[in-house]
Amino acid sequence: MSNPMENVREEIIRRSGVDPKKCMRCGKCSGTCPAYDEMEYHPHQFVYMVESGDIEPLMKSESVYRCLTCFACVERCPRGVEPAKLIEAVRLEVIRASGANHMTPDHVPALLDDEIPQQALVSAFRKYTK
Amino acid sequence: MPVNEYKPLIVAFCCNWCSYAGADLAGNNRLNYPADVKIIRVPCSCRVNPMFILRAFQRGADGVIICGCHPGDCHYTSGNYYTRRRMALLFSMLDYLGIERERTRVEWVSAAEGAKFAATMNDFAKTVAALGENKRLEDLRCKK
Amino acid sequence: MQRIGVFVCWCGSNIAGTVDVQAVSEALKTEPGVVFSTNYQYMCSQAGQDIIKNAIAEHKLTGIVVCSCSPRMHEATFRKTAAAAGLNPYMVEIANIREQCSWVHKDMPIGTEKAIILGRAAIAKVNLNTPLTPGESPVTKRALVIGGGIAGIQTALDIADAGFEVDIVEKKPTIGGKMAQLDKTFPTLDCAACILTPKMVDVAQHEKIRIFSYSEVEAVSGFVGNFDVKIKKKARFVDETKCTGCGLCTEKCPQKKVPNEFNLGMDNRRAVYIPFAQAVPKVATIDADYCSMLKNGKCGVCAKVCTAGAIDYKQQDQTIEEKYGAIVVATGFNPISMDKFDEYAYSQSKDVITSLEFERLTNAAGPTAGKLLRPSDGKHPHTIVFVQCVGSRCDSCSEKGKEYCSKICCMYTAKHAMLTRDKYPDTEVYVFYIDVRTPGKAFDEFYRRAVEEYGVHYIKGMVGKVAPEGDKLMVRASDLLANKQLNIEADLVVLAAAIEPDKSARPLATMLTASMDTNDFFTEAHPKLRPVESPTAGVFLSGACQGPKDIPETVSQAGAAAAKVIGLLAKDKLTGNPCVASSDELMCNGCSSCANVCPYGAITYENKEFRMPDRTVAIRRVAKVNPAVCQGCGACTVACPSGAMDLKGFASSQIIAEVDAICR
Repeated sequence: MSNPMENVREEIIRRSGVDPKKCMRCGKCSGTCPAYDEMEYHPHQFVYMVESGDIEPLMKSESVYRCLTCFACVERCPRGVEPAKLIEAVRLEVIRASGANHMTPDHVPALLDDEIPQQALVSAFRKYTK
Repeated sequence: MPVNEYKPLIVAFCCNWCSYAGADLAGNNRLNYPADVKIIRVPCSCRVNPMFILRAFQRGADGVIICGCHPGDCHYTSGNYYTRRRMALLFSMLDYLGIERERTRVEWVSAAEGAKFAATMNDFAKTVAALGENKRLEDLRCKK
Repeated sequence: MQRIGVFVCWCGSNIAGTVDVQAVSEALKTEPGVVFSTNYQYMCSQAGQDIIKNAIAEHKLTGIVVCSCSPRMHEATFRKTAAAAGLNPYMVEIANIREQCSWVHKDMPIGTEKAIILGRAAIAKVNLNTPLTPGESPVTKRALVIGGGIAGIQTALDIADAGFEVDIVEKKPTIGGKMAQLDKTFPTLDCAACILTPKMVDVAQHEKIRIFSYSEVEAVSGFVGNFDVKIKKKARFVDETKCTGCGLCTEKCPQKKVPNEFNLGMDNRRAVYIPFAQAVPKVATIDADYCSMLKNGKCGVCAKVCTAGAIDYKQQDQTIEEKYGAIVVATGFNPISMDKFDEYAYSQSKDVITSLEFERLTNAAGPTAGKLLRPSDGKHPHTIVFVQCVGSRCDSCSEKGKEYCSKICCMYTAKHAMLTRDKYPDTEVYVFYIDVRTPGKAFDEFYRRAVEEYGVHYIKGMVGKVAPEGDKLMVRASDLLANKQLNIEADLVVLAAAIEPDKSARPLATMLTASMDTNDFFTEAHPKLRPVESPTAGVFLSGACQGPKDIPETVSQAGAAAAKVIGLLAKDKLTGNPCVASSDELMCNGCSSCANVCPYGAITYENKEFRMPDRTVAIRRVAKVNPAVCQGCGACTVACPSGAMDLKGFASSQIIAEVDAICR
């Protein structure tokens, strides 16, 4: 009962406002994801794994930083599940669990990709406008 | 029987199609509930005029329960929705009058829920018995 | 004052085991109005019933209380007994001292005490009972079927074959509906036209059936057995009685650029047209929006070429009034609009089509004469992607789609995929699915054949995006089982659009006071036990207007609705439930509270003259309950602020008397 991951799961769900139970497993989020190939775990897997409480692999994966927060999945999900918000919540969990933002500005250039918009900017922009 | 044992007087309004049939099923299955509960048959829970409930309290009833079909299952398609709204209003008025909230109840009991009917009546009778006699609205002139 | 007889049943030991029946009948003897009280082993037996009959005669009883089992068990029995002895059957009340007393209590004194109280309540009620007579109303032996698709056609044929007159109202120029637009039908793959058009001809030739095509229902009043319906026959500017359907006018009309709705706008027709070759009635119709003669008085070619002299530019809309005993709603469905699904580029590319459009593209009578060609450039597509569940199974707050499963898409997509692979084996066919739902006779076998024999690629996952690129469509989707993202270069994308009830259904439901769910599907009187009846008496449901359905289901429901209609029309008179609401005109304020809560639309208002004490006449608006429509729920009685509305058999005074008797 006192599974520590259960608390994390609850917290992620509460923070994101996403109900993963609404997912009907159609995979449209992953079908539409522009960062799909960059991700180890794909948007639909985030939803499923959060629901089943299998969150540790997600937190350890680089996938949380590969999500562009472009919100294509949020826009197109037929069930209104909003996977990007869930991924954002997992990302925040990682950041909080390490006690601080474990990325310093020095880390950023190495993670940047010339072809895709700067993640931090896009993410922030989406977060505060959506 | 001990002379001083307090027995509450409970009036139950049951809709003909679900809850009255549920009460019959409780009988068929010999599920006991207190004899304090007396059932009045109405076609639909929406036939229960809030006045009937006030009348019962005035005449010395200690508790009144209204049973209808589950929401969405009403034989008359929407009667129980009216019940739900009307009773919510009546109950807030009873609050205002100082009648304990626990003396009135709306329950959805289907024709298949004999066990639920008996359990509900047992629970309700226990609750009302714990509250004791209802004196707030009782018309003393009605007392013998 | 009533003369009441009380009859306490032992029910063997079922009651007598826990209730002292002798004490009960003794105690009830002194109740007000009671002149006779007895008990017997089995009241429902012939001997028991004789006791009741004899007592009615001997003691001139006006009311009966039977303390026995549940009224749901034997109320009808004892009512018949009373009627046989010349007493009004509604003067019988049952005190339920078995199911609600002896069976649930173990202690004899407690059971006896409660039985006496229940008996008292029943006596108090009977004291206020009045004899009731069920209302009778005549039945007009004619049915109206609204909608001329396969549902309406089948219902009309079945009713007409039973010997009753049927009118079909169809808003389009021809009957046939969606099924006429289909190519082949699953799972047997027989061609839709081959099985539908003979039925359409049967309808046209049936002496009991009249077709009002190009017509709409304008107003409905009345009630079960006696509906008055106004039908608007729209002007088609062609005299139906003269037109032979030769089609000469449709060839000569110079206005060639009218989008052909029968082919979903994929080709053009003329301003005067017959929707398709097998149309019924096979009569031309002039489209007033495009005809230059009707618009600016110049042309007149069709009138010149018509040898029958059927063209009539001055024709007006006509209103027909007719009486019906029953109404069947068969308004059918439409695919939802794809305009909001930007990710599928439906409005950007001609090569993204809906399944119904695909149906026309493969139909021998369609715009491509049955050759599967891309709408944009007329080339044969080599890679086709089918997307399922477009707009179905969406979130309840979705603005784009519907929450429900459209039910037919899995099967028609399997059919399209299979037929494509069969006709054009060089085509790669992909079907993207969330679930494949095939509950139906020979349905799953059909789907498996598409995969196993025809090599259709079924991929679990939804398409995320369709982007036109040059003359290709880039389809991006996830393959959930392989856990990879796919990018397919497709030539044609087919969207299995969700289906929704026809737009005409909502206003029609208002006219009929028939209820609808949030999706505008008609609701049935009971989802399991009365699936083809609407809660409004005399209104029946056939086909997809009640929920998504395939053809076999539609036809069986159409037959079931017809059976219900025949059952109704076979009666000469309708006997109602006498326990209905009625309003005291003197107390009624005409406020409409009762009509607002009535689920059946049984309450209307009339302006009535009242003679006042000073001999003047006042006109007041008062409520009037139609006893043939009222089902006796009593919602109105509580809503009535002036206390004018009451329910016969369950009058307020009666229920209060019961309350009083219990609380005494």
